[in-house]
Formats: sequence, C-alpha cells, structure tokens
Amino acid sequence: MTVSPFLLEMKGINKDFAGVPALQSVDFTVSGGQIHALLGANGAGKSTLMKILSGAYRPDGGAIVGNGIPYHGSSPADAKASGIHCVYQEVDAALVPQLSVAENVMLDRLASPESKVWIRPSQMAAMSEQVLLRLGVEIDVQQRVSDLSLAEKQMVLLARILAQDAKLIIFDEPTAPLSQSESETFFRILHALKTSGVACVFITHRLSEVLSHCDLVTVMRDGRNVYTGSTADTDTNCIIQHMLGRTFTEEFPKVEVPIGEIMLEATGLRRGTKVRSVDVQVRSGEIVVVVGLVGAGKTETARILTGTDDLEAGRILMHGKPLFMKEPADAIQSGIVSIPEERRKEGIFIHESVDHNLSLPILSKLSNLGFISRKREQTLGSRIVDKLGIKTSSGKQLVQNLSGGNQQKIAIGKWLESDARLFIFDEPTKGVDIGAKSDIFRIIGTLASQGKGILYFTCELTEGIGIGDRIVVLCGGEITKEFKRGEATPEQLLYYASGGREVEHER
Amino acid sequence: MKDKLMNLTFRYGAVVVIIGVIAFFSFKLPYFLTYSNFADILGSITIVTFVAIGVTLSLIVDGFDLSVGSTVSITTVVAASLMIWYEQPVIVVITISLLVGVIIGLLNALLIVKLRIPDLLATLAVMYIVSGLHKTYTQGYNIYNHMEFPNGTKAPGEMDSTFLFLGQGKWLGIPFSAILLLIAVILVHVFLTRTKYGRQMYVTGGNAEAARLSGIRVKKVRTLAYVASGLFAAIGGILFASRVGSGQIDAGSPLLMEAVAAVFVGFSVLGAGKPNVIGTFVGSVLIGVLVNGLTMMNLQYFTHDIVKGVVLVLALAVTFYVLNRSKT
Repeated sequence: MTVSPFLLEMKGINKDFAGVPALQSVDFTVSGGQIHALLGANGAGKSTLMKILSGAYRPDGGAIVGNGIPYHGSSPADAKASGIHCVYQEVDAALVPQLSVAENVMLDRLASPESKVWIRPSQMAAMSEQVLLRLGVEIDVQQRVSDLSLAEKQMVLLARILAQDAKLIIFDEPTAPLSQSESETFFRILHALKTSGVACVFITHRLSEVLSHCDLVTVMRDGRNVYTGSTADTDTNCIIQHMLGRTFTEEFPKVEVPIGEIMLEATGLRRGTKVRSVDVQVRSGEIVVVVGLVGAGKTETARILTGTDDLEAGRILMHGKPLFMKEPADAIQSGIVSIPEERRKEGIFIHESVDHNLSLPILSKLSNLGFISRKREQTLGSRIVDKLGIKTSSGKQLVQNLSGGNQQKIAIGKWLESDARLFIFDEPTKGVDIGAKSDIFRIIGTLASQGKGILYFTCELTEGIGIGDRIVVLCGGEITKEFKRGEATPEQLLYYASGGREVEHER
Repeated sequence: MKDKLMNLTFRYGAVVVIIGVIAFFSFKLPYFLTYSNFADILGSITIVTFVAIGVTLSLIVDGFDLSVGSTVSITTVVAASLMIWYEQPVIVVITISLLVGVIIGLLNALLIVKLRIPDLLATLAVMYIVSGLHKTYTQGYNIYNHMEFPNGTKAPGEMDSTFLFLGQGKWLGIPFSAILLLIAVILVHVFLTRTKYGRQMYVTGGNAEAARLSGIRVKKVRTLAYVASGLFAAIGGILFASRVGSGQIDAGSPLLMEAVAAVFVGFSVLGAGKPNVIGTFVGSVLIGVLVNGLTMMNLQYFTHDIVKGVVLVLALAVTFYVLNRSKT
C-alpha cells in the first residue's frame, strides 16, 4: 500500500510583516506517518509558519519542497489540492451550521468541479457515515451541525478532511477547547491518521500531550526554530527551557491571602438545559475555581453571573443585596466584571489601540463633561501596560497585533482601575503560552490579595488545584462537589466532573 | 508595491480626485474658481450633508438608516403646512419638525434594537411607511403660500420670513445654512472623536458584544444613534422647506443615495477606514463640485445621476477592496 512516505521540507523560510521579521530562516520537515509537535510561546511564529504552509501567506524567502519537488502553492485552495489541510481552533468557521453532518463531511466533494449535478442523500449519508466510522466516532449524520457540541464539530471537520485525500494535516491547538475525555478520543483519531500515513503537525500548549503522543518536537522562539528532536530524547523542562529561553520554576504562584466576608452568593441558578442548579459563594480575597468538562455549563453560568444572559430562576446576592441584572452594565455597576472566554470576540476590541481598550470601562473617570482627556488616557494606558507587563510597542499599537497572552492581559487590565470587586474569569489561559499563563495567575493572585473576589471557570483540572482556595465541580449544569484547597486531586475532580459515573484517570 | 499603491489610493484618493476635479473645471470654466461659485456649491450641498451626517451616525454603530430620505420629505411638508395651514410661529414649526425626526428615529430603533429586525429591512419598511404618511397628510399636494384647497377655500398662512432666512439667507455671500452646516460638522466631529459618547458609538459599531460586556449599554447607544439620524434628516427637511419656500412632495427621495454616496466616499478620506463626519463632508463637497461643474458645462441634469452613481461605485470599490484586503 505504501509508496514512499510523504515528505515535506520547508527550507530557510523568511517572512516579514511591515518590516518586522516574523520568521528568520526557519527549517521545518514533516513526513508521513509522523506526529510532529510544533511548540512556542505566543508570537514565536508558529502560526505564521503554518499559514505559509497552508497557503494563507506567501514566504518572502526560502523554499518548500514536497517529495523532492518544489512546491509553489500560493493559496489555501492550492494547498488543499496538494493534500495540505489545516484544522484551526475556530472550527465553526470551517463548517456550514445550517447543513447536516453528512452534507458538511461531503462538502468539498460537493464543491469540486467533477462532482455530479444530482445528489443522492442516502448515498451521501452512507459515505459520510463510513468516514466517521474510520475515525471511530458515532454522530447522527442527519443532525444539523449547529446542534453539535464543539468537540463533535471538530470531529466532523476532521471527517471532512479525511473524505478528501489528505497528506498533511495541521492541527492548531485542537485540544484547547476539549475536555479530557474528548481529548482522549481526539488522540485516538490522531493516531489512526498517523498509521494511515498522514503527516500530522500538532500545535499545542499542553506539553504532556506532546510527550505522550508526538514523535518529533520542534520548538520555535522569536521567529526561529530553536530545537528539533525526537520526543523520546526530551522532557518537559527541556522543552520549556527552549520555549522561554530561561528556566521555568513555579507554574502556580499562589499567595496566601486572608479571606474576608461573603461577597457574591448565588443560589439555585437555572437557565435552559445548560444551567440547572448552581449555588456558588465567593468571599473577598478568595479564589473560587469552578471546574467542569466542556459542555458542563461553565460559560453559561459565567454569563448569568455577569448579567450577559438573563436567569430563569434563582437569586444572586452581592454583599447581601439582591441583584437584578438586565445587562452587563448592571453587573459592572455592582462591581462584577467579566473576562470572557472568547476574548477576541467579546473581551477586547482588536481594531482599537491598547490605550482605547484599557480606558473603555472607565471613560467617565477620564473625561471632563464627556470630553476624554487624552493625557489621562495615555497615562492610564502606560500604567496598566507596565503593571501587567504587556508587551506592546506603544499605547497606540492596535490590539490585533499583540499575541494571545498580551491580549488576555488587556482583557483583564481594562478592569484594574474600575470599581470592580468580583472578577469572573472564563478559561483565561486558553490559547495562552506558559510565560503569559503564569503572569495571569500572578495577576489573579494580586487581585485576591487586594481583597477582590475571584470566580474562575476552567476545564484545566490542574489549574483549579494550583490556584483555587476552593474548588467547585460543575457537571451537567449542577454543582456536584466542593473541595477545599489541598483536598482535591485531578483524579477526584475528573471523577465528579464526569458525573461520578465513569472514573477516568489522568495520565 | 501594489498594496502600497492601493493604500495610497485609499488614503488620499478622494482628496486627489477633488483637487483634480477642481483643477479640471477651473481650467475649463472661467467662472468656476470664484468665491461666489464656491459659496453656491457649499449652499447646494448643505441639505444633503445634514442628511449624510445622520447616515454616518447610523453607520458608526454598525447600522444603516434608509429612511432618512422620507424623513426629509415628511419634515419638509410638516414644516410648510404648520406655517401655511396652521399659522404657527417659527419656534413651534422647528420644534415639531425636529420631533417628527426623533419619532421616526425611535420607530427605527424599536424595530431594530428591540424587535431585532435587520437594519436595512427595518428602515426600508419605515421608509415606505413615512413616505406614504407624508403623501396622505398632504393629500398628494405640494404646500405653498395661500394654496387653494380642492373645496375652493384658500390656506390662511404663508412661509415665515425668519424661517426662510435659514435656507435662503446669506452672510458675507455665504449661505446661512452652509454656516450652520460647518458648525454642525465641527461639533459632530468633536463629539465623535473627543467625547466618551463618540468612543462608545464607535466601539459599539466595532464589536457590539464586547462593548456590551465592557458595560456599555449598547441598546441605548444604538437607539440614540437612530434618533440622531432622524434628527439630522429633520434638519435637512426644515432647510429644504426654507430653501424652496414651500413644502414639496417627495423632496427627500433623491437625497438618500446622494447621502450614502457622500458617506462612503468619506470612509476612505485620509485612511480613516470607518465612517467619519469630516470624510462625509469631503464626500459631499466632491459630489457638489462635480454637479456644479457639469451643470456649468451644460451637461443635461438627468446625466447627473450617472455621475453620482459612478462616484458611489468608485468609493465603494476602493473602500471595500482595501478593507477586505487588510482583514486577511
């Protein structure tokens, strides 16, 4: 069956953006039947390199050679035609939500010029079922994609790619939005792809996944390839050293803070099917972590508590006073602010400057009679940039040009000088590199030490254990268990997070 | 290289075209480059620019107001009828006319913000309703001084002279309305760029969900933008009535497309890349200069629409080509 394994080499790739070098003579090689991990802090150039490979960007210099033949793809369509596919984090963008699973899986075949004019729904369903079977997933192919969970959508997308003749698949942080059990399924699929001879490039921030699932690892830093080697010859510390260029000591800086009186008290929250019965309390100075798998209702609960969505039943008290929130503005007035999960869509304004982003919630304080004082806005901007260590060329820089971690710092930083007393974080470390991650934990710790309350929603069990004063487990829209600091182990959390029915142990 | 050229076109295109057009006409037409002609041009664009300011505001919050044309129509006949049919003092005339604009804005906001009808469709429907209303109100007649009713009686009043000054008066040879316009452009510009309200409008238009989560009352901002849009259209209507000294049926319908053209020419002025009032003004001037010059060159008036249409298409082409490019 095997001819010769597919081999793709990128040699001496250079790429500049407006004079700023993003890639400097990067070499990168992948071959069929291998899982090659690509690591690097945000802004290290991983995405740029992969965008060049998938045809979204053109390199300024260097060559791409596929099986010994120079490759001149200049568009994503060319790349796809030569068997190079990319699975982005935002799976929604690649699927048509109004169509069924079967139609989405066969989408590229429908779009290809050789396809027949008439479509037989039964045949299409059978073919797509077959593809899904190869991945070992069971999804009703007649379902609409809009009704699927994120993990299921990702599988549909993979099936769609598999339905074509894929030689190389780039995975851009595919496991970031997945829960642990979903990740397991994902890796089963990944290994199936590998054995069928597909070259897999795997971008992630989770080092444990790299070590246990990948064959090769390449680490990038500042637009250069700083390390390539077999995963057998390396370990976490070594990789982290290469990523950061320094040794990484503590992952969870945790400051002990006296815990004060009750701030937020929510009882019996209910909304739709996602939030069934949630009780949660946060005291001042306390970090309460709500852990739950994807789909447990974390984001939905966060949205209720920040006034983004209405609640159907239940009561929210802030400092003993009942809250009636119609809009986030009401929550903010009572001191509850949110750092939402979808930061590019909801947390920041990517087309605005750093200063404008940071000043937005407190414009009233910065203005006289409605006129914004530019000077006060700028000093506020540089103050917060310094305080949080945001890497930006100036306050006038557009936020879209910053890395994910710095964008997240801006989403947090904009609340620092407001009257916020309770911070609600929803997966703040998603898509953020390790350095920025520990900065974010440090910021959260500082906020707690100032007597603020922190409510932290995450699916990363270790994060919960690392920073939480109290850990609350959310499952199927209900709180199933509560742990004090030091009591919980990842195994226990996972046990309760998956409903206490099936026990899965973390590797 | 090609990208750079496109960006330059985007940034300075409109300005270069205006200078080019002015140079061309000045060369060809001896009376073009005179103070009085420029005062005329400024006078000719005031009404459409007021309307265009309203459209700019609705576009800033990522909406669109198609009903501005019929708002001009209805406020024109309301203003004229209040004087000619009911002999009301100027202050009442202006207040009620502006109020009509506000009410139409509120109706738009109700449909778009509360009932969540897409902006284009909602304002299209309102455009029809308002257009029908103003014809029903006037029974299809133009309103002029001492007009004769179908039953043979005559209307009691006539247009007030103070009111007429708004649209016809001059100061140092410059139309009074043009001075009003310049003041309005400056005030709105300062409002949009220097105040927190302006910032909130742009932010709402840029990303409504993020704005909401940042504590901006997005619904209120969008409602106010539509109200302001109605208000500026009403000012346009009042000036129209004053300019022609009567209440003409369907006065505003040609203004919609012209206003939209001005706004989209303005999108790209000095590389703003977003709706802005200075750009809108420049866009208006461009159209005004073109129409003025073409008229002086004895081009038939019905060809003007072709010219305006072409200007709009070019502006849209440059704007969207560059905007979409910068996104990828």
